[in-house]
Amino acid sequence: MIRVCAVGEIPEGEAVRVEHGPDGVPVAVFHVRGEYYAIDDTCTHQDASLTDGYVEADDCAVECPLHAACFSLRTGEPSGPPARVPVRTHAVVIENGHVYVQLQPAAVPVG
Amino acid sequence: MTEHSDLEVVAVVGTGLAGLSSARALRELGHNGRIVLIGDEKHDPYDRPPLSKAFLAGEWDPEKISLGLPTDAGLDLDWRLGQRAVGLRPGEAGGWVVVLDGGDEVRADGVVIATGARARKLPSERPLSGVHTLRTLDDALALKAELSPGARLVIVGGGFIGAEIASTAVSLEVDVTVVEVAPALLAGPLGAEVGAAMAALHESNGVKVHTGVGVSALAPDPEEPDWVGAVVLADGREIPADVVVVGIGSEPNTEWLEGTGLLGPQGSLSGGVLTEEDGRTALSGVVATGDCTALHHPFAGRVMRQEHWTHAAQHPAQAVAALLGVPAPPVAPAMRVPYVWSEQYGQNFQFAGHHQPGDETEVVDGDLAGPAFTVIYRRNGQPVGVFGVGQPKVFGRWRRELAKLLP
Repeated sequence: MIRVCAVGEIPEGEAVRVEHGPDGVPVAVFHVRGEYYAIDDTCTHQDASLTDGYVEADDCAVECPLHAACFSLRTGEPSGPPARVPVRTHAVVIENGHVYVQLQPAAVPVG
Repeated sequence: MTEHSDLEVVAVVGTGLAGLSSARALRELGHNGRIVLIGDEKHDPYDRPPLSKAFLAGEWDPEKISLGLPTDAGLDLDWRLGQRAVGLRPGEAGGWVVVLDGGDEVRADGVVIATGARARKLPSERPLSGVHTLRTLDDALALKAELSPGARLVIVGGGFIGAEIASTAVSLEVDVTVVEVAPALLAGPLGAEVGAAMAALHESNGVKVHTGVGVSALAPDPEEPDWVGAVVLADGREIPADVVVVGIGSEPNTEWLEGTGLLGPQGSLSGGVLTEEDGRTALSGVVATGDCTALHHPFAGRVMRQEHWTHAAQHPAQAVAALLGVPAPPVAPAMRVPYVWSEQYGQNFQFAGHHQPGDETEVVDGDLAGPAFTVIYRRNGQPVGVFGVGQPKVFGRWRRELAKLLP
Protein backbone atom coordinates (compact mmCIF):
# COMPACT_ATOMS: atom_id res chain seq x y z
CA MET A 1 0.00 0.00 0.00
CA ILE A 2 1.34 3.42 -0.94
CA ARG A 3 0.52 6.57 0.97
CA VAL A 4 -0.80 9.32 -1.29
CA CYS A 5 -1.50 12.23 1.04
CA ALA A 6 -3.56 13.29 4.01
CA VAL A 7 -7.32 13.40 3.61
CA GLY A 8 -8.21 16.94 2.54
CA GLU A 9 -5.01 17.56 0.61
CA ILE A 10 -6.73 16.86 -2.71
CA PRO A 11 -9.31 19.59 -3.35
CA GLU A 12 -12.72 18.52 -4.58
CA GLY A 13 -12.63 17.82 -8.34
CA GLU A 14 -8.84 17.62 -8.42
CA ALA A 15 -6.26 14.87 -8.56
CA VAL A 16 -2.71 14.15 -7.50
CA ARG A 17 -0.19 12.01 -9.29
CA VAL A 18 1.72 9.29 -7.51
CA GLU A 19 4.88 8.97 -9.58
CA HIS A 20 5.58 5.44 -8.44
CA GLY A 21 2.39 3.53 -7.86
CA PRO A 22 2.22 0.13 -6.22
CA ASP A 23 3.85 -1.57 -9.24
CA GLY A 24 6.01 1.39 -10.26
CA VAL A 25 3.52 2.79 -12.75
CA PRO A 26 2.24 6.35 -12.12
CA VAL A 27 -1.22 6.46 -10.57
CA ALA A 28 -3.71 9.35 -10.47
CA VAL A 29 -5.85 9.72 -7.35
CA PHE A 30 -9.03 11.78 -7.71
CA HIS A 31 -11.32 13.38 -5.16
CA VAL A 32 -14.87 13.65 -6.47
CA ARG A 33 -17.84 14.51 -4.26
CA GLY A 34 -16.28 13.14 -1.12
CA GLU A 35 -15.08 9.89 -2.71
CA TYR A 36 -11.55 8.96 -3.76
CA TYR A 37 -10.71 7.06 -6.93
CA ALA A 38 -7.39 5.79 -8.27
CA ILE A 39 -6.59 4.91 -11.88
CA ASP A 40 -3.43 4.57 -13.91
CA ASP A 41 -2.23 8.08 -14.67
CA THR A 42 -1.18 7.54 -18.29
CA CYS A 43 -3.88 7.68 -20.97
CA THR A 44 -4.04 4.41 -22.91
CA HIS A 45 -4.17 6.28 -26.21
CA GLN A 46 -1.10 8.45 -25.98
CA ASP A 47 1.35 9.64 -23.39
CA ALA A 48 -0.75 12.09 -21.41
CA SER A 49 -1.16 12.47 -17.66
CA LEU A 50 -4.78 12.02 -16.59
CA THR A 51 -3.96 13.98 -13.43
CA ASP A 52 -3.95 17.02 -15.75
CA GLY A 53 -7.36 16.07 -17.11
CA TYR A 54 -10.64 17.72 -16.34
CA VAL A 55 -12.95 15.94 -13.90
CA GLU A 56 -16.56 15.63 -15.01
CA ALA A 57 -18.10 15.16 -11.57
CA ASP A 58 -21.58 14.36 -12.92
CA ASP A 59 -20.22 11.42 -14.89
CA CYS A 60 -17.54 10.53 -12.34
CA ALA A 61 -15.08 10.59 -15.22
CA VAL A 62 -11.89 12.33 -16.22
CA GLU A 63 -11.34 13.80 -19.65
CA CYS A 64 -7.87 13.18 -21.05
CA PRO A 65 -6.22 16.60 -21.27
CA LEU A 66 -5.07 16.02 -24.85
CA HIS A 67 -7.62 14.27 -26.99
CA ALA A 68 -10.86 14.42 -25.07
CA ALA A 69 -11.27 10.72 -24.37
CA CYS A 70 -13.16 10.32 -21.09
CA PHE A 71 -12.36 7.54 -18.64
CA SER A 72 -14.73 6.38 -15.92
CA LEU A 73 -13.09 6.80 -12.52
CA ARG A 74 -15.09 3.83 -11.27
CA THR A 75 -14.33 1.30 -14.02
CA GLY A 76 -11.50 2.82 -16.07
CA GLU A 77 -13.51 2.31 -19.27
CA PRO A 78 -13.09 4.92 -22.01
CA SER A 79 -16.25 6.63 -23.23
CA GLY A 80 -15.14 6.59 -26.84
CA PRO A 81 -12.33 7.24 -29.29
CA PRO A 82 -9.51 7.87 -29.56
CA ALA A 83 -8.91 5.68 -26.50
CA ARG A 84 -9.81 2.05 -27.01
CA VAL A 85 -8.31 0.39 -23.95
CA PRO A 86 -9.45 0.98 -20.36
CA VAL A 87 -7.05 2.28 -17.72
CA ARG A 88 -6.55 0.11 -14.67
CA THR A 89 -8.40 1.08 -11.52
CA HIS A 90 -6.92 0.68 -8.09
CA ALA A 91 -8.33 0.40 -4.61
CA VAL A 92 -8.17 3.47 -2.41
CA VAL A 93 -7.96 2.95 1.32
CA ILE A 94 -8.59 5.71 3.88
CA GLU A 95 -6.88 5.00 7.17
CA ASN A 96 -6.17 7.29 10.13
CA GLY A 97 -6.79 10.37 8.05
CA HIS A 98 -4.53 9.33 5.21
CA VAL A 99 -5.25 8.26 1.64
CA TYR A 100 -3.53 5.09 0.43
CA VAL A 101 -3.63 3.32 -2.92
CA GLN A 102 -3.38 -0.42 -3.34
CA LEU A 103 -2.59 -2.44 -6.46
CA GLN A 104 -5.91 -4.11 -6.72
CA PRO A 105 -8.92 -3.44 -8.93
CA ALA A 106 -11.21 -0.98 -7.19
CA ALA A 107 -14.19 -3.27 -7.64
CA VAL A 108 -12.61 -5.87 -5.36
CA PRO A 109 -13.48 -5.21 -1.72
CA VAL A 110 -10.42 -4.36 0.30
CA GLY A 111 -9.99 -6.22 3.53
CA MET B 1 -39.20 13.43 -40.23
CA THR B 2 -39.54 9.75 -40.94
CA GLU B 3 -40.81 7.71 -38.02
CA HIS B 4 -38.29 5.55 -36.26
CA SER B 5 -40.10 2.35 -37.13
CA ASP B 6 -40.09 3.19 -40.85
CA LEU B 7 -36.33 2.94 -41.14
CA GLU B 8 -35.39 -0.58 -42.06
CA VAL B 9 -32.20 0.15 -43.94
CA VAL B 10 -29.84 3.02 -43.14
CA ALA B 11 -26.93 3.76 -45.45
CA VAL B 12 -23.96 5.49 -43.85
CA VAL B 13 -21.80 6.98 -46.59
CA GLY B 14 -18.24 7.46 -45.36
CA THR B 15 -16.11 5.16 -43.21
CA GLY B 16 -13.97 7.69 -41.38
CA LEU B 17 -14.47 8.67 -37.76
CA ALA B 18 -17.85 10.31 -38.48
CA GLY B 19 -19.13 7.32 -40.47
CA LEU B 20 -18.06 4.73 -37.92
CA SER B 21 -19.40 6.89 -35.06
CA SER B 22 -22.71 7.15 -36.94
CA ALA B 23 -22.97 3.37 -37.29
CA ARG B 24 -22.25 2.89 -33.59
CA ALA B 25 -24.76 5.58 -32.67
CA LEU B 26 -27.45 3.96 -34.82
CA ARG B 27 -27.21 0.79 -32.74
CA GLU B 28 -26.89 2.65 -29.44
CA LEU B 29 -30.02 4.64 -30.23
CA GLY B 30 -32.04 1.57 -31.03
CA HIS B 31 -31.90 1.04 -34.78
CA ASN B 32 -32.38 -2.70 -35.28
CA GLY B 33 -32.51 -2.75 -39.07
CA ARG B 34 -29.75 -3.12 -41.59
CA ILE B 35 -26.82 -0.67 -41.67
CA VAL B 36 -24.83 -0.41 -44.90
CA LEU B 37 -21.50 1.34 -44.42
CA ILE B 38 -20.04 2.64 -47.68
CA GLY B 39 -16.51 4.06 -48.03
CA ASP B 40 -14.17 4.74 -50.92
CA GLU B 41 -11.07 3.72 -48.96
CA LYS B 42 -10.24 0.03 -48.79
CA HIS B 43 -8.94 0.29 -45.21
CA ASP B 44 -10.99 -0.35 -42.10
CA PRO B 45 -11.75 2.91 -40.27
CA TYR B 46 -8.66 4.54 -38.85
CA ASP B 47 -7.76 7.67 -36.93
CA ARG B 48 -6.34 10.49 -39.06
CA PRO B 49 -4.59 12.82 -36.57
CA PRO B 50 -1.58 10.50 -36.08
CA LEU B 51 -0.98 10.38 -39.86
CA SER B 52 1.08 13.59 -39.70
CA LYS B 53 2.64 12.74 -36.34
CA ALA B 54 3.41 9.39 -34.70
CA PHE B 55 2.40 7.36 -37.77
CA LEU B 56 4.47 9.48 -40.17
CA ALA B 57 7.38 9.27 -37.73
CA GLY B 58 7.17 5.48 -37.87
CA GLU B 59 6.43 5.22 -34.14
CA TRP B 60 2.90 3.90 -34.67
CA ASP B 61 1.75 1.20 -37.09
CA PRO B 62 -1.64 0.82 -38.80
CA GLU B 63 -2.95 -1.35 -35.96
CA LYS B 64 -2.27 1.45 -33.47
CA ILE B 65 -4.36 3.94 -35.47
CA SER B 66 -7.27 1.59 -36.07
CA LEU B 67 -10.59 2.92 -34.78
CA GLY B 68 -12.05 -0.58 -34.48
CA LEU B 69 -13.26 -1.99 -31.18
CA PRO B 70 -13.91 -5.61 -30.26
CA THR B 71 -17.55 -4.67 -29.73
CA ASP B 72 -17.91 -3.50 -33.36
CA ALA B 73 -18.42 -7.11 -34.49
CA GLY B 74 -21.71 -7.07 -32.59
CA LEU B 75 -22.95 -4.07 -34.59
CA ASP B 76 -23.72 -6.33 -37.55
CA LEU B 77 -22.67 -3.85 -40.22
CA ASP B 78 -22.87 -4.46 -43.95
CA TRP B 79 -19.50 -3.09 -45.11
CA ARG B 80 -18.89 -1.75 -48.62
CA LEU B 81 -15.24 -0.74 -48.41
CA GLY B 82 -13.42 0.46 -51.51
CA GLN B 83 -16.67 1.61 -53.10
CA ARG B 84 -17.28 5.27 -53.75
CA ALA B 85 -20.77 6.76 -53.65
CA VAL B 86 -21.32 8.70 -56.88
CA GLY B 87 -24.98 9.64 -56.60
CA LEU B 88 -28.06 9.92 -54.41
CA ARG B 89 -31.61 9.88 -55.71
CA PRO B 90 -35.10 9.28 -54.35
CA GLY B 91 -36.19 5.64 -54.43
CA GLU B 92 -39.07 4.68 -56.71
CA ALA B 93 -41.00 3.33 -53.72
CA GLY B 94 -39.85 6.02 -51.25
CA GLY B 95 -36.62 6.29 -49.36
CA TRP B 96 -33.31 6.81 -51.10
CA VAL B 97 -30.93 5.10 -53.47
CA VAL B 98 -27.17 5.51 -53.08
CA VAL B 99 -25.39 4.85 -56.38
CA LEU B 100 -21.90 3.34 -56.15
CA ASP B 101 -19.08 3.77 -58.66
CA GLY B 102 -19.20 0.12 -59.73
CA GLY B 103 -22.85 0.57 -60.70
CA ASP B 104 -24.28 -1.09 -57.59
CA GLU B 105 -27.17 0.65 -55.93
CA VAL B 106 -27.99 0.60 -52.23
CA ARG B 107 -31.61 1.27 -51.35
CA ALA B 108 -32.05 2.85 -47.95
CA ASP B 109 -34.83 4.37 -45.86
CA GLY B 110 -32.41 6.75 -44.20
CA VAL B 111 -29.04 8.13 -45.26
CA VAL B 112 -26.19 9.51 -43.17
CA ILE B 113 -23.80 11.59 -45.27
CA ALA B 114 -20.32 11.41 -43.72
CA THR B 115 -18.07 11.59 -46.77
CA GLY B 116 -15.62 13.96 -45.15
CA ALA B 117 -13.15 16.04 -47.07
CA ARG B 118 -10.06 15.65 -49.21
CA ALA B 119 -6.83 17.59 -49.34
CA ARG B 120 -6.88 20.61 -51.63
CA LYS B 121 -4.24 20.44 -54.34
CA LEU B 122 -2.31 23.07 -56.23
CA PRO B 123 -3.50 23.50 -59.78
CA SER B 124 -0.91 21.93 -62.02
CA GLU B 125 -0.54 21.17 -65.68
CA ARG B 126 0.90 17.74 -65.09
CA PRO B 127 1.44 15.73 -61.93
CA LEU B 128 5.03 15.38 -60.74
CA SER B 129 6.38 12.55 -58.61
CA GLY B 130 7.49 13.66 -55.18
CA VAL B 131 4.51 15.98 -54.72
CA HIS B 132 2.17 14.92 -51.93
CA THR B 133 -0.88 15.84 -49.96
CA LEU B 134 -1.65 14.19 -46.61
CA ARG B 135 -5.13 13.10 -45.75
CA THR B 136 -5.27 9.31 -45.95
CA LEU B 137 -3.33 6.32 -44.70
CA ASP B 138 -2.06 5.69 -48.23
CA ASP B 139 -0.96 9.35 -48.48
CA ALA B 140 1.01 8.96 -45.25
CA LEU B 141 2.70 5.75 -46.42
CA ALA B 142 3.67 7.36 -49.73
CA LEU B 143 5.08 10.47 -48.03
CA LYS B 144 6.88 8.50 -45.36
CA ALA B 145 8.69 6.45 -48.00
CA GLU B 146 10.32 9.64 -49.32
CA LEU B 147 11.27 11.29 -46.02
CA SER B 148 14.79 9.94 -45.85
CA PRO B 149 17.49 11.70 -43.83
CA GLY B 150 18.94 14.63 -45.73
CA ALA B 151 16.03 14.85 -48.19
CA ARG B 152 14.97 18.42 -48.96
CA LEU B 153 11.29 18.79 -48.09
CA VAL B 154 9.33 21.92 -48.98
CA ILE B 155 5.94 22.27 -47.31
CA VAL B 156 3.51 24.56 -49.10
CA GLY B 157 1.13 25.95 -46.49
CA GLY B 158 1.95 26.77 -42.87
CA GLY B 159 -1.29 25.61 -41.26
CA PHE B 160 -1.63 22.89 -38.64
CA ILE B 161 -1.00 20.01 -41.04
CA GLY B 162 2.06 21.66 -42.56
CA ALA B 163 3.44 22.54 -39.14
CA GLU B 164 2.97 18.98 -37.88
CA ILE B 165 4.64 17.49 -40.94
CA ALA B 166 7.54 19.94 -40.48
CA SER B 167 7.97 18.83 -36.86
CA THR B 168 7.84 15.14 -37.75
CA ALA B 169 10.18 15.55 -40.72
CA VAL B 170 12.74 17.36 -38.55
CA SER B 171 12.73 14.35 -36.21
CA LEU B 172 13.53 12.19 -39.27
CA GLU B 173 16.53 14.43 -40.06
CA VAL B 174 14.90 15.84 -43.16
CA ASP B 175 15.86 19.33 -44.35
CA VAL B 176 12.59 21.28 -44.04
CA THR B 177 11.36 24.55 -45.54
CA VAL B 178 7.84 25.92 -44.98
CA VAL B 179 6.27 28.42 -47.39
CA GLU B 180 3.17 30.32 -46.26
CA VAL B 181 1.41 33.00 -48.28
CA ALA B 182 -0.02 34.71 -45.17
CA PRO B 183 2.18 37.11 -43.20
CA ALA B 184 2.56 34.56 -40.36
CA LEU B 185 2.24 30.82 -39.81
CA LEU B 186 -1.19 29.77 -38.56
CA ALA B 187 -2.24 33.41 -38.83
CA GLY B 188 -5.81 32.42 -39.72
CA PRO B 189 -6.58 30.17 -36.77
CA LEU B 190 -4.24 31.76 -34.19
CA GLY B 191 -3.54 35.37 -35.21
CA ALA B 192 -0.30 37.01 -36.33
CA GLU B 193 1.12 37.43 -32.82
CA VAL B 194 0.88 33.76 -31.89
CA GLY B 195 1.78 32.82 -35.47
CA ALA B 196 5.07 34.67 -35.12
CA ALA B 197 5.81 32.70 -31.95
CA MET B 198 5.05 29.50 -33.85
CA ALA B 199 7.43 30.49 -36.66
CA ALA B 200 10.14 31.14 -34.07
CA LEU B 201 9.55 27.66 -32.64
CA HIS B 202 10.00 26.11 -36.10
CA GLU B 203 13.12 28.14 -36.77
CA SER B 204 14.65 27.19 -33.43
CA ASN B 205 14.21 23.57 -34.54
CA GLY B 206 16.07 24.17 -37.78
CA VAL B 207 13.12 24.74 -40.14
CA LYS B 208 13.43 27.49 -42.73
CA VAL B 209 10.24 29.56 -42.81
CA HIS B 210 9.16 31.87 -45.65
CA THR B 211 6.00 33.83 -44.91
CA GLY B 212 4.13 36.42 -46.93
CA VAL B 213 5.03 34.79 -50.22
CA GLY B 214 2.98 32.51 -52.43
CA VAL B 215 4.00 29.66 -54.69
CA SER B 216 3.81 30.23 -58.42
CA ALA B 217 4.86 26.80 -59.68
CA LEU B 218 6.36 23.43 -58.91
CA ALA B 219 9.28 22.94 -61.27
CA PRO B 220 10.49 19.55 -62.50
CA ASP B 221 13.97 18.27 -61.79
CA PRO B 222 16.01 18.95 -64.96
CA GLU B 223 17.71 15.55 -64.58
CA GLU B 224 14.49 13.65 -63.96
CA PRO B 225 11.64 15.58 -65.57
CA ASP B 226 8.90 13.42 -64.01
CA TRP B 227 10.07 14.40 -60.52
CA VAL B 228 9.72 17.66 -58.70
CA GLY B 229 12.97 19.59 -58.42
CA ALA B 230 12.06 22.96 -56.96
CA VAL B 231 9.29 25.14 -55.61
CA VAL B 232 9.11 28.47 -57.44
CA LEU B 233 7.93 31.35 -55.24
CA ALA B 234 5.85 34.26 -56.45
CA ASP B 235 8.84 36.58 -56.03
CA GLY B 236 10.90 34.42 -58.39
CA ARG B 237 13.02 32.60 -55.81
CA GLU B 238 13.43 28.87 -56.34
CA ILE B 239 13.71 26.50 -53.39
CA PRO B 240 15.29 23.17 -54.33
CA ALA B 241 13.08 20.25 -53.31
CA ASP B 242 13.26 16.47 -53.40
CA VAL B 243 9.84 16.17 -51.80
CA VAL B 244 6.93 18.64 -51.66
CA VAL B 245 3.88 18.46 -49.42
CA VAL B 246 0.95 20.69 -50.22
CA GLY B 247 -1.05 21.53 -47.09
CA ILE B 248 -3.45 24.24 -48.18
CA GLY B 249 -6.69 23.11 -46.64
CA SER B 250 -9.44 20.73 -47.62
CA GLU B 251 -12.47 20.45 -49.87
CA PRO B 252 -15.60 18.60 -48.81
CA ASN B 253 -16.53 15.44 -50.71
CA THR B 254 -19.91 16.66 -51.85
CA GLU B 255 -19.83 16.45 -55.66
CA TRP B 256 -21.83 13.22 -55.57
CA LEU B 257 -24.71 15.18 -54.02
CA GLU B 258 -25.08 17.75 -56.82
CA GLY B 259 -28.64 17.95 -58.09
CA THR B 260 -30.16 16.23 -55.07
CA GLY B 261 -31.71 19.37 -53.60
CA LEU B 262 -29.19 19.45 -50.76
CA LEU B 263 -27.95 22.95 -50.09
CA GLY B 264 -24.57 24.45 -49.29
CA PRO B 265 -23.67 27.78 -47.76
CA GLN B 266 -24.16 30.58 -50.32
CA GLY B 267 -25.88 28.01 -52.48
CA SER B 268 -22.82 25.92 -53.31
CA LEU B 269 -22.07 22.43 -52.05
CA SER B 270 -18.38 23.25 -52.47
CA GLY B 271 -18.68 24.85 -49.02
CA GLY B 272 -20.12 21.68 -47.50
CA VAL B 273 -23.60 20.30 -46.95
CA LEU B 274 -25.64 22.83 -45.02
CA THR B 275 -27.24 21.30 -41.92
CA GLU B 276 -29.12 22.26 -38.83
CA GLU B 277 -27.17 21.94 -35.60
CA ASP B 278 -28.53 18.40 -35.23
CA GLY B 279 -27.41 17.34 -38.72
CA ARG B 280 -30.78 17.57 -40.49
CA THR B 281 -30.52 18.60 -44.12
CA ALA B 282 -32.94 20.01 -46.68
CA LEU B 283 -33.99 16.43 -47.51
CA SER B 284 -36.24 14.27 -45.36
CA GLY B 285 -34.56 11.07 -44.23
CA VAL B 286 -31.09 12.43 -45.00
CA VAL B 287 -28.73 13.76 -42.32
CA ALA B 288 -25.10 14.83 -42.65
CA THR B 289 -22.25 14.94 -40.18
CA GLY B 290 -18.51 15.42 -39.89
CA ASP B 291 -16.07 17.28 -42.13
CA CYS B 292 -18.36 17.44 -45.17
CA THR B 293 -20.93 19.60 -43.40
CA ALA B 294 -21.36 23.33 -42.80
CA LEU B 295 -23.31 24.45 -39.78
CA HIS B 296 -23.65 27.28 -37.33
CA HIS B 297 -20.48 27.87 -35.31
CA PRO B 298 -21.38 29.17 -31.85
CA PHE B 299 -18.31 31.40 -31.48
CA ALA B 300 -17.93 32.50 -35.09
CA GLY B 301 -21.60 33.44 -35.13
CA ARG B 302 -22.01 32.17 -38.67
CA VAL B 303 -22.29 29.03 -40.74
CA MET B 304 -18.99 27.37 -41.51
CA ARG B 305 -17.39 23.99 -41.93
CA GLN B 306 -16.24 22.51 -38.64
CA GLU B 307 -13.34 20.26 -39.47
CA HIS B 308 -12.64 19.05 -35.99
CA TRP B 309 -11.90 15.56 -34.81
CA THR B 310 -14.14 16.08 -31.80
CA HIS B 311 -16.98 17.19 -34.07
CA ALA B 312 -16.62 14.04 -36.17
CA ALA B 313 -16.59 11.95 -32.99
CA GLN B 314 -19.51 13.58 -31.20
CA HIS B 315 -21.86 15.08 -33.75
CA PRO B 316 -22.84 11.78 -35.43
CA ALA B 317 -24.91 10.77 -32.38
CA GLN B 318 -26.86 14.03 -32.73
CA ALA B 319 -27.42 13.49 -36.45
CA VAL B 320 -28.43 9.87 -36.02
CA ALA B 321 -30.87 10.80 -33.26
CA ALA B 322 -32.44 13.35 -35.61
CA LEU B 323 -32.67 10.72 -38.35
CA LEU B 324 -34.29 8.18 -36.06
CA GLY B 325 -36.55 10.75 -34.43
CA VAL B 326 -35.34 9.93 -30.93
CA PRO B 327 -33.94 12.26 -28.26
CA ALA B 328 -30.29 13.07 -28.78
CA PRO B 329 -27.85 11.93 -26.12
CA PRO B 330 -26.65 14.82 -23.96
CA VAL B 331 -23.36 16.51 -24.84
CA ALA B 332 -21.20 17.89 -22.04
CA PRO B 333 -21.05 21.69 -22.43
CA ALA B 334 -17.25 21.71 -22.83
CA MET B 335 -17.61 19.27 -25.73
CA ARG B 336 -19.75 21.79 -27.56
CA VAL B 337 -16.84 24.21 -27.84
CA PRO B 338 -15.09 23.41 -31.14
CA TYR B 339 -11.73 21.92 -30.22
CA VAL B 340 -8.56 20.97 -32.07
CA TRP B 341 -5.19 19.75 -30.92
CA SER B 342 -1.78 19.42 -32.43
CA GLU B 343 1.64 18.18 -31.44
CA GLN B 344 4.84 19.78 -32.61
CA TYR B 345 8.40 19.34 -31.37
CA GLY B 346 7.22 17.34 -28.39
CA GLN B 347 4.79 20.04 -27.24
CA ASN B 348 1.03 19.78 -27.12
CA PHE B 349 -0.99 22.53 -28.79
CA GLN B 350 -4.66 22.94 -28.02
CA PHE B 351 -7.19 25.34 -29.47
CA ALA B 352 -10.87 25.78 -28.66
CA GLY B 353 -13.46 28.27 -29.84
CA HIS B 354 -12.81 30.62 -32.71
CA HIS B 355 -10.38 33.30 -33.82
CA GLN B 356 -10.75 35.90 -36.53
CA PRO B 357 -8.68 38.93 -37.54
CA GLY B 358 -9.27 41.81 -35.15
CA ASP B 359 -9.68 39.69 -32.03
CA GLU B 360 -7.58 40.83 -29.08
CA THR B 361 -4.87 38.45 -27.93
CA GLU B 362 -4.16 38.19 -24.21
CA VAL B 363 -1.47 35.96 -22.73
CA VAL B 364 -3.07 34.61 -19.55
CA ASP B 365 -0.31 32.22 -18.52
CA GLY B 366 3.33 31.70 -19.45
CA ASP B 367 5.22 33.53 -22.16
CA LEU B 368 4.81 33.54 -25.94
CA ALA B 369 8.56 32.92 -26.17
CA GLY B 370 7.84 29.53 -24.64
CA PRO B 371 8.10 26.86 -23.68
CA ALA B 372 4.51 26.95 -22.39
CA PHE B 373 1.75 29.54 -22.57
CA THR B 374 -1.98 30.03 -22.84
CA VAL B 375 -3.59 32.78 -24.88
CA ILE B 376 -7.18 34.02 -24.81
CA TYR B 377 -8.83 35.67 -27.80
CA ARG B 378 -11.42 38.33 -27.06
CA ARG B 379 -14.01 39.96 -29.30
CA ASN B 380 -15.85 42.98 -27.91
CA GLY B 381 -14.38 42.09 -24.55
CA GLN B 382 -15.83 38.56 -24.55
CA PRO B 383 -13.57 35.49 -24.70
CA VAL B 384 -14.20 33.60 -27.96
CA GLY B 385 -11.15 31.33 -28.17
CA VAL B 386 -8.27 29.85 -26.23
CA PHE B 387 -4.94 28.49 -27.45
CA GLY B 388 -2.49 26.71 -25.19
CA VAL B 389 0.95 25.19 -25.60
CA GLY B 390 1.98 22.66 -22.98
CA GLN B 391 -0.59 23.82 -20.42
CA PRO B 392 -3.44 21.32 -20.62
CA LYS B 393 -4.85 22.19 -17.22
CA VAL B 394 -4.99 25.95 -17.81
CA PHE B 395 -6.39 25.28 -21.26
CA GLY B 396 -9.02 22.91 -19.90
CA ARG B 397 -10.19 25.54 -17.44
CA TRP B 398 -10.57 28.17 -20.17
CA ARG B 399 -12.33 25.73 -22.44
CA ARG B 400 -14.93 25.33 -19.70
CA GLU B 401 -15.14 29.09 -19.33
CA LEU B 402 -15.96 29.28 -23.03
CA ALA B 403 -18.58 26.57 -22.61
CA LYS B 404 -20.38 28.77 -20.05
CA LEU B 405 -20.82 31.42 -22.75
CA LEU B 406 -22.65 29.06 -25.09
CA PRO B 407 -26.33 29.78 -25.58
